[in-house]
Amino acid sequence: MYRYDALDAEMLADRTAEFRTQVRRRVAGEITEEQFKPLRLMNGLYLQLHAYMLRIAIPYGALNSAKLHRLAHVSRTWDRGYGHFTTRTNLQLHWIKLKDAPDILASLAEVGLHSIQTSGNCIRNVTADPYAGAAADEVDDPRVWSEAIRQWSTFHPEFSFLPRKFKIAVGAAPDDRTAARIYDIGLKLRRGRGEEGLGFEVMVGGGLGRTPYLGPTIREFLPTRHLLSYLAAILRVYNRYGRRDNIWKARIKILVASLGAEEFARQVEAEWKAMVETGEAAGIDVPEAEVARIRQAFGEVPFEDRPAASAAFEAARAGDPAFARFVRHNVLPHKVPGYAIVTVSLKAPGEVPGDCSSDQMDALADLAARYSFDEIRVHYEQNMVLPHVALDDVPAVYAELQRIGLSTPNVGLASDIIACPGLDYCTLANARAIPIAQDIAKRFADPAVAEDVGELRIKISGCINACGHHHVGHIGILGVDKKGEEFYQLTLGGSGLEDARLGEILGPALPAPRVAEAVDALVDTYMRERAEGERFVDTYRRIGLAPFKAAVYAEAH
Amino acid sequence: MLKLIKLDQGGPAWVEDSYFDVPDEEPTPGQGDVLLSFARFVEEGEALAAAGRKVGVRLNADEPVEALAPHLDRVAMVALVFPKFRDGRQYSQATLLRMRYGYAGELRAVGDVLLEQGRFMARCGFDAFAPADGTGPEDWAGALARYRHVYQTAADRREPNFALRLQAAEGA
Repeated sequence: MYRYDALDAEMLADRTAEFRTQVRRRVAGEITEEQFKPLRLMNGLYLQLHAYMLRIAIPYGALNSAKLHRLAHVSRTWDRGYGHFTTRTNLQLHWIKLKDAPDILASLAEVGLHSIQTSGNCIRNVTADPYAGAAADEVDDPRVWSEAIRQWSTFHPEFSFLPRKFKIAVGAAPDDRTAARIYDIGLKLRRGRGEEGLGFEVMVGGGLGRTPYLGPTIREFLPTRHLLSYLAAILRVYNRYGRRDNIWKARIKILVASLGAEEFARQVEAEWKAMVETGEAAGIDVPEAEVARIRQAFGEVPFEDRPAASAAFEAARAGDPAFARFVRHNVLPHKVPGYAIVTVSLKAPGEVPGDCSSDQMDALADLAARYSFDEIRVHYEQNMVLPHVALDDVPAVYAELQRIGLSTPNVGLASDIIACPGLDYCTLANARAIPIAQDIAKRFADPAVAEDVGELRIKISGCINACGHHHVGHIGILGVDKKGEEFYQLTLGGSGLEDARLGEILGPALPAPRVAEAVDALVDTYMRERAEGERFVDTYRRIGLAPFKAAVYAEAH
Repeated sequence: MLKLIKLDQGGPAWVEDSYFDVPDEEPTPGQGDVLLSFARFVEEGEALAAAGRKVGVRLNADEPVEALAPHLDRVAMVALVFPKFRDGRQYSQATLLRMRYGYAGELRAVGDVLLEQGRFMARCGFDAFAPADGTGPEDWAGALARYRHVYQTAADRREPNFALRLQAAEGA
C-alpha cells in the first residue's frame, strides 16, 4: 500500500478545506448551482434521483484494512450501512446529505482517502490490474506507474476542463485484467527488446457509450521514463481539438476515430516532440529517484518461505466439495510459492452486484489484516481481491467469508454479473439493471449449474452510457426506454480483455420479464452446441449469431 | 473601464486597465493602448506598434496560438477569451504561450472568468484576470493560496512535490 508522505497528506487537507469553503459559498448563495456543479463534481458529488451520491476514489483499486474500515465507518455513519463498488473500482454512497459531505471528506482524508476527480471533465481515478504485485505474469508492478499518474493528474491545471471525462487504465501483464481497450488511454507495460528496458504499449480512444470503440494502439513501445510527458501530449491534443459542441461526441474516442488512429498518433508525436525540444517534457517526467521512492513507499510484502503445496489446503479441498468449488472459481495461483490470490465475489444470487454492507467491509478489512499482509483490492468486475493469502490460510478465509455471506463460488460464471445502478438510483438511466441481474443470477444460483455452464460474462447497463460495460459482455444487456416501458437489447460475443471485441446485437429488444428466460435460451443453445473445452463465447464465435437468435425469438411464438 | 486583477503587484490587486478593447466593427482609436482581435491585429498591429502604441491581442479559444507566435515580439498583452468557464482550451493555449513560445508579457484571462478556476489559470501562466463573478483581489488571494503544494510542473514554475522530495532527500 502506497504510504502518503507529508506532502500527499497536506494536499488532501487543503482539498478538504477548499471543499468546505465551496459548500459554504453554495449554501450561502454566493455561487449558483451551475457554478457549483463542476466544483462538487470534481469532488465526486452527484445529485441523483433521491439524494446526493458521493463517489469515493480508490486509486488503482488498492485498499488496506484502515482504509476499508474507514469506508465501513463512513457508510454506516452518513449513509445506510452499505456502499456500492463500481466498475471503476470506486465506492459510491447513494444516500448522503450535502451538508455532511465536508465531514465525510475530512474523515476519509484521515486515512488518505478522497473523492478527488471521481467525476467532472478531468482525468479520473486511475485503475490498474487488481492482481498487481501478486500475478506471476506481470513484468513490473503497475501500481508504481499508476501512483505516478495519480499524482501528475491530481489538480492538473491544464487538464481539469477537458471536453469530457478521461479515464486511464494500467496493466503490466500479457493477460489484460483492466479492460484497457475500452479506456480513453489503456497502458500495457511490457519488456522491450534487448537493452530497451520496460515500456508501455499506448492504446487511445477506446470507450463504450452510444458509439463504442476499441482503442487502437498509437505507440507500441514508450520507454517508461517518458510516460507522463507523453500522456500530457495526448491530453493536450485532446483538450485543444476534442469536440465541445456536442456532449455525445466529446470523448477522445470520437476525435481518434474522426482523425483516424494514424493521424491522431502523428499529431501526438508532433506535440510530444515539441515538448521534448523545448524542455517542457523534461520538467513533466518524474525523475528515476521519484519512481524509486514511490516503489519504496509501497513497501515490500514480507512473504515467508513456504512449500509450494499445502497439506491443510489439500485436505480441505479433498474433504469439502463446496470449498473445492470455491477454490476452482475464486482462487488463483500466486507468483510466490505457497500463496494464492483469493477473489471475494460481491455477486451472491439475489443481492445487488457490487454492494457491500458496512459490516462486510469491516470483516473483509479484518481478513486483509490477518491473512493478506493488510492488502485488499477492488476488482473492476465489482468483486474484491485478497491478493496475498497463504495456501494454509485459504480454508480459514473461506470459513469467514461463509460467515459473512461472501463465499459465493462464481467468479467469471453466469451469476458474476456486472451491472450499473440503473434506474433504481441514476438520473441518466432508461431502465433498471439491478432486478434484471438478480433475475438472471437466481437462475444460476445452484453452483453446480453455474459451474457446468462455465465462464460466461454477463454485463448489464441501464442506459446507453454503458457503465455496466454491456458492449463487452459475452452476453450484454442494455436497458432502453420504449414509450415509457423498460425494454432490454441483448448483444452477444463481446469482450473487454485481450480478445477485445464489441458484441453483436441479437435482435429486437425484449420486455423485462423475458430477459432472464432469453438468457436461459442462449445458455441452452450453447450447452447443446458446445464442443469440448469451449466457453460460451467460443461457441458463439464458431457457430455465429443465428442459432442463438432462433432460440430466443422462436420461443416468443 | 474593465476591472482587472493583476498578480504582479505583490499579490492580487485591482489595476486600471490602460487598454481600449476595440470591437471588430469599430475603428481603432487614434491614441492610447488598444486590444484587438487577432484578425485586426494582423491588419493593423505592425503599424500601431511601429507608432509606439501598446497593442494587445484578444484570442478566442478556437484561434490557435501557433498563428500568433511569430508576432509575439510586437505584442504587449495577450487576452485569452474563455467562452464558458467549462471550456478548457485556453489553459493549453496559455501553457503553450509561456512554455513553448517564451511569451513573458501580460497574459490576461477574459470572458467567463470565475474565482474557482483562478488557481488553474494562474498555474498555466495567466497573470491578469477580469472576473465575471463579482469577486475581488481578497477572494483571489485566498483562492490562489489554498494549496500549499502542487503535484506537477506547469507554466508558473512552482516546484512540484517530486522536486521537493528530491531536494529533501539530497539535503538529508
